[in-house]
Amino acid sequence: MKKHLLMIAAGSMVAGFASLADAATIDDVKAKGFLQCGINTGLVGFAFQDDAGEWQGFDVDFCKAVAAAVFGDASKLKYTPLTGANRFEALKSGEVDVLSRNTTWTFSRDVDLALTFVGVNYYDGQGFIVPKSLGVASATELGGASVCIQTGTTTELNLADYFRANGMEYEPVPIETNEEAQSNYLAGRCDVYTTDRSGLAATRASLENPDDHLVLPEIISKEPLGPLVRQGDDHWADVARWTLNVLILAEEYGINQGNVEELAGGATDQPEINRMLGTEGEYGAMLGLERNWVVNVIKAVGNYGEIFDRWIGPETAIGLDRGANALYTEAGGILYSPPYR
Amino acid sequence: MAAIERPAETFRVSDLWTNQRSRGVLIQIIALVLLLSFVGWIVNNTVQNLRDLGVDAGYGFLWDPASYDINQTLIDYTSRSSHARAAVVGFLNTLLVAFCGIIFASLLGFVAGVLRLSPNWLVAKLMTVYVEFTRNVPVLLQILLWYGIVVNTLPHPRDAAEPVAGFFLSNRGFYLPRPEFGASAWLIGVALLAAIAFAVWFAARAKRMQSETGRIYPVLSVSLAAIVTLPVVAYFAAGQPITLDWPEIKGFNFAGGFALKPEFFALWFALSVYTGAFIAEIVRGGILSVSHGQTEAAYALGLKPNWTMRLVVLPQALRVIIPPLISQYLNLTKNSSLAIAVGYMDLTATIGRISLNQTGRALECMSIVLAVYLLISLLISAFMNWYNSRVRLVER
Repeated sequence: MKKHLLMIAAGSMVAGFASLADAATIDDVKAKGFLQCGINTGLVGFAFQDDAGEWQGFDVDFCKAVAAAVFGDASKLKYTPLTGANRFEALKSGEVDVLSRNTTWTFSRDVDLALTFVGVNYYDGQGFIVPKSLGVASATELGGASVCIQTGTTTELNLADYFRANGMEYEPVPIETNEEAQSNYLAGRCDVYTTDRSGLAATRASLENPDDHLVLPEIISKEPLGPLVRQGDDHWADVARWTLNVLILAEEYGINQGNVEELAGGATDQPEINRMLGTEGEYGAMLGLERNWVVNVIKAVGNYGEIFDRWIGPETAIGLDRGANALYTEAGGILYSPPYR
Repeated sequence: MAAIERPAETFRVSDLWTNQRSRGVLIQIIALVLLLSFVGWIVNNTVQNLRDLGVDAGYGFLWDPASYDINQTLIDYTSRSSHARAAVVGFLNTLLVAFCGIIFASLLGFVAGVLRLSPNWLVAKLMTVYVEFTRNVPVLLQILLWYGIVVNTLPHPRDAAEPVAGFFLSNRGFYLPRPEFGASAWLIGVALLAAIAFAVWFAARAKRMQSETGRIYPVLSVSLAAIVTLPVVAYFAAGQPITLDWPEIKGFNFAGGFALKPEFFALWFALSVYTGAFIAEIVRGGILSVSHGQTEAAYALGLKPNWTMRLVVLPQALRVIIPPLISQYLNLTKNSSLAIAVGYMDLTATIGRISLNQTGRALECMSIVLAVYLLISLLISAFMNWYNSRVRLVER
């Protein structure tokens, strides 16, 4: 009995903080004066520290966007770097307010873990990277290989399913972070490293000789990556969801960092832009935010396309194409936001 | 003579703080009530919060497919096996590394402890360096160090070093030939058991004969001869039923043979070397605790030095050595949970990490891990306490 109590006592440390989820997160965030955002411990392009030690990247910009939406100031923001293994506990326990860490939206995470995904900011799929010297051109030739894998991720499960479905054996080499996986891959502990293809592109770009490595053509899973919040505070989820939506809408309506001030200066002839930028209606107030919150967001980070191009687009070292992550109006794009009205 | 008049035992409220005895009881009651209410508050808080979160606690998920693969399994396991089976696989891996670690650490510790007392200056100093270095560097760093050495300095499997034919060293592990047992191999097992039984019987008889007649029998050499010869004879008699499965490079990796993975090696070696240093100090202390007069008395009786060590010093030293040794064995077992740092799939890594992550059942998974470590530790402790009670000096 005593043992039993001890276990519960240990668990309650986590659960004790979890009660914060009931309170209105936005009030807590405003009260403490900054947003606590969970990010990757290091993934070039998505969340990495620049030369000045500042966190930058695609996922980090979403944190900045939410901070700008709540405070009108993207600098009122603190980061918590999280591994694949501890990210959900950190979010559920209230250690972070938003998790923006290339996290795959799945049924069990959404339902069973009691989390709320607020949308998809990157449509991804799992792939493999191999040294070209291995002479492998397809994932179906990987039977018997040693595969480095980040533990606690969906990729771990997809990998098991893929090799099983194809009747191939492999040796899983479980690794905690992307850096460790990279060093084990380079040291030859494993033949293959597998993770989301965006992550692979980022990893490849950070290698000394990217051309010596090949991302295999197979995509073995759907990985819709998106930001998420705790379940149970719909209002806070709405704030995060519409922050993501306006980033996409802004690109659709041609609002960018350069012209947002000008467009917000007075009513334009496009009502959707007027509603977003606060020159028409009281949409900000409905969300408990400033009338010009969207202006603050776009001023801070730009629209979705600008964020993409800045960190992971074709012009960057990572060089990802928009592909499925283009607006629905482009060929092959599936990025689509509900209307702002 | 008038009886001494004792004041009637009446209780006054002021006794609660003026009378030393009742004050003591009162303080203990208050402390107990506070402790119980603290525990009660924690439990209540947990239950309440879990209910608020809409989390239904339960162990049903243990029977769902685990869906992940494990690279070192002592029993059959696939990604379709249950979380419970994954936990058992991890548990066995924990036991394996703890068992091998305890054996190697004891060996290292006893040798280093005795050698540190050696009159040979160089040997003694070398052992001092070993003990002081490993004891003062965190064990996690040592695990990572050995893992890094294996993975970064050893060659790729295709260029694996082959120091002895059939033995390969690579950064994916050490590969050895694995014995394959044929149909009649059981004969060898029977022969081995028979030899051991004979050795036990012979030792008992030798002891009896020695106490009756004073004659000393060569127990060690006779037992060793029996244990080696009988199985060898049986091996040939049964038509050589053991064949060796040689490791061979096949595609990306070695196939066949027996593989010692770098994860296991790094964890086992680092834990053994680290704990061995502590054991060395315990052994040294134990030996030093036996007064030098005992050794001199034994020499005066004409006992040879190694007999003096075995019959006089060690039995008395063990009395001092065993209790702290238990703690070291427990430490090694618990430290094996650092396995996750190098991706060795022990109990903490399977049910306590991956299953926990994939199912999100933190309370349930951690409670299992806690309970199992507690169980292992209590078992080791119980065994060593039993052993301690056997070697303890019986005082008359």
